[in-house]
Amino acid sequence: MSARDEVLSRIRTALGDRRPVPDVPRDHRTTDDRPPDELLDLLTERVEDYRATVLRCPPDAVTPAVVAALDTGLGAGVGAGWDPASVVVAPGVPDAWRPDGVATDDGRPAVGLAAFAASVTGVAVAIAETGTLVLDGSPLCGRRALSLLPDCLVCVVEAGQVVGEVPEGLGRLDPVAPLTMVSGPSATSDIELQRVEGVHGPRTLVVVLVA
Amino acid sequence: MTAVFLGIPTAPPGVGHLRGDRSFPDAARDALRDGQLRANLGHATSTIRAKRAAVVGEVPDWAELRQAGKAIKAATMARLDEHLLELETRVTERGGTVHWARDAAEANRIVTELVRATGADEVVKVKSMATQEIGLNEALEAAGIAALETDLAELIVQLGEDRPSHILVPAIHKNRAEIREIFARTIPGVDPSLTDEPRRLAMAARAHLRERFLRARVAISGANFAVADTGTLAVVESEGNGRMCLTLPDTLITVMGIEKVVPTWRDLEVFLQLLPRSSTGERMNPYTSLWAGVTPGDGPQEFHLVLLDNGRTAVLADEIGREALHCIRCSACLNVCPVYERTGGHAYGSVYPGPIGAVLSPQLTGVEDNASLPYASSLCGACYDVCPVAIDIPSILVHLRAEHVEAQQRRTPEAAAFRALARAMSHPRLWRLAQRAAGLGRFLARGRPTMPASLPPPASAWTRSRDLPTPPRETFTAAWAREHGS
Repeated sequence: MSARDEVLSRIRTALGDRRPVPDVPRDHRTTDDRPPDELLDLLTERVEDYRATVLRCPPDAVTPAVVAALDTGLGAGVGAGWDPASVVVAPGVPDAWRPDGVATDDGRPAVGLAAFAASVTGVAVAIAETGTLVLDGSPLCGRRALSLLPDCLVCVVEAGQVVGEVPEGLGRLDPVAPLTMVSGPSATSDIELQRVEGVHGPRTLVVVLVA
Repeated sequence: MTAVFLGIPTAPPGVGHLRGDRSFPDAARDALRDGQLRANLGHATSTIRAKRAAVVGEVPDWAELRQAGKAIKAATMARLDEHLLELETRVTERGGTVHWARDAAEANRIVTELVRATGADEVVKVKSMATQEIGLNEALEAAGIAALETDLAELIVQLGEDRPSHILVPAIHKNRAEIREIFARTIPGVDPSLTDEPRRLAMAARAHLRERFLRARVAISGANFAVADTGTLAVVESEGNGRMCLTLPDTLITVMGIEKVVPTWRDLEVFLQLLPRSSTGERMNPYTSLWAGVTPGDGPQEFHLVLLDNGRTAVLADEIGREALHCIRCSACLNVCPVYERTGGHAYGSVYPGPIGAVLSPQLTGVEDNASLPYASSLCGACYDVCPVAIDIPSILVHLRAEHVEAQQRRTPEAAAFRALARAMSHPRLWRLAQRAAGLGRFLARGRPTMPASLPPPASAWTRSRDLPTPPRETFTAAWAREHGS
C-alpha cells in the first residue's frame, strides 16, 4: 500500500463510524461600521505602534509624500541623503507616485534586488485594527522579493483600500495570489521576549496614506 | 477505543525528538537547581504573559473567535481525509507536488531525496516544529547536506549545539549575555566588540545570514495552516527569514503535519486573529506569507508539500485525546504554566514541551514511551484558560494518567495507598483511627506549619519535592462533634 493510501486508511480507521460534522459558530465580528476617517486614524495609530512611520497626503500630492518617505527612510535630501537610482518601484506603480529618476523592477533575478536601498509599492488592502498592509504580487505591489530585499520599504495606501477588521481584509484578497501581510518593520522577540525591530526584512517601513 | 487496539502505529522510536532519555521528574530536578535558568524563564514568561493579556483584552469578540477556532478544528478532524485530498488536488493544480509520509523516517527520506535531486548540499530552513519533531537536520547531515536554521532563536540553539526549549522561542532559556557569548564564539568574523544589546545581537545574525539567503537554492519550511479549498499554505513569522526562504530559492519543500489543514479560506480570518495575539502578544506578527503552488516569475518555481502522519492518526483515534491535534503552536500554555516556568522545556524531553507537550508527546509516541509527562502538571487549568482554541488540556492529562495506570501490569505503591484510603474512607471507625494516627505527625513538625522534608518512606516520595502541611490540632469531625454534639 502506498504511504498516501495508508495514511488515509489510518484516518478512516481512527474516525470509525463517520459522525456528523459539528457546526461551526461564526459569531465573531466580520465587518466594522466605524466611519472611514476613524479607520484611517486607527490604521495610523496601529502602524506607528510597530515603530513604522505614517505620512498623510492628498491624492494630488503623492510624489512629494513618497519623496518625504524616502527622506525618512534613507536620510533627507535627494542627492545628499539618497540617490534616486538606488530606489526601485513596482512595475504597476502609477507615474503620479514616482519621484524622478527612480528605477522600475525590470524582472532581473530576485537576488539582484538586494542592490537597491529602498523600494516603493502599492498595497492590495490595509487592515486598520491590526495595522496590517497586504501585498498581493500584482503589478502595483510587485513580486515578493521587491518588498523584502531593499532595507527600506515605502507602501502607498489609498483611503478606499482601508478596512477595519481582519475578516474584511481577507475577503478582498485572491487566495491563490502570492500574498504577504506586513505589520511593521521586520522584528524579533527571540532575545528575552523583548521586541527588537529590524532583522532580515526591511528595517524601515514608511506608509504613505493618501486621503 | 485506542490506536493500539485499532492497529494504528504511533511515532516510531529511534528517529526524531519526541522522547527524552530521562523521566520528567529526574530531568526537572536538575533544571530546578539551575538558578540562571529559572531567572531567565521567569523574566521571559512574565514579559510575554503581560503582553498577551493586553492584546487579548482589547478584542471584544475574543470568546467568539475562540469558539469558532475550536469548532473549525473539530469539524476539520471529523473529515480529515477529505480535506487532505482536496488540499492535494488544489496544490497539484497549482503546480506543486504532494508527498505523503507515514512517519519521521519516511519524511526524512523524501526530503533528503528531493534535496539531492537539486544537487544542492546546503539548505536554508524556516523555523518548523514538524521538522524538529522528525529530526530532519540530523538526517540531512547524515546525507552530507548542511541545514542552516535562519530563525534567530533556532540559530542560537544550533550554534550553541543546544536543544530548543520553547515552541515559539526555542532559546528562551538563554539570556542576552549567554547569547552574546555563543555568537562571539561561533560566528566566523563576528565583530569582537559585539555587546549583549538585543539589537546588536539581531544585527549580527542578519549579517551572518544575509549572504546565505542570497545564494540558497533550496529552502525547507513548515506550515502554520494549509487551506484545503484553495491550496494556500501559510507561514507566520516575524524576522523576514521566513520570507527569504519562501521567496528566494528555486525549490521550496514544506513539511506539514496532517492536522494543520483547515477547510476554507474563510477559516484563516479566525486563526490569523487568534495566533499572533496568543503567541508573541502582538496584534499581528510582522510577516505572514501565503502562497498556493507555484507563481510564475515570483518565488520558487518548484514546490513540494510533504504531509506527515508520525503518530497523528493514532492521536486521532482517541476521542478525548484527539483535541490535542487542534493545537496551533502558539505556546501561550507554556508561558502561563507554573510547572514550565520553573523547569523549562528541556525537562519534557520532547520538542513539544509545556502543557500541550504533556498531552501531545505521550499520544504521538504511545503513553508508555512518555509515561511521566501526563503527571508533569498541577492541573491548575491556566493552560485551558489561555488556549486560543480552547483545548481542555487538564482533562486530557487526567485521561492519559488513567490510560497509563490501566496499562500497569503490577500494582504500584500509589494504587495500594489509594486502595487503603478508599477502605478507610468508607469505614467511619477506620477513618477516625487514621485521622488520630495522622495527628501524631504534629510531634514531628515541632510547631512548624509543614512537616520536615526528610520523612521516612513512603512519605518521602511526597515530601522530597513538595510541602506536606502539618495535620491540624483538631479534625473537622472532632470540631463538629464538640460544637454541635455527635
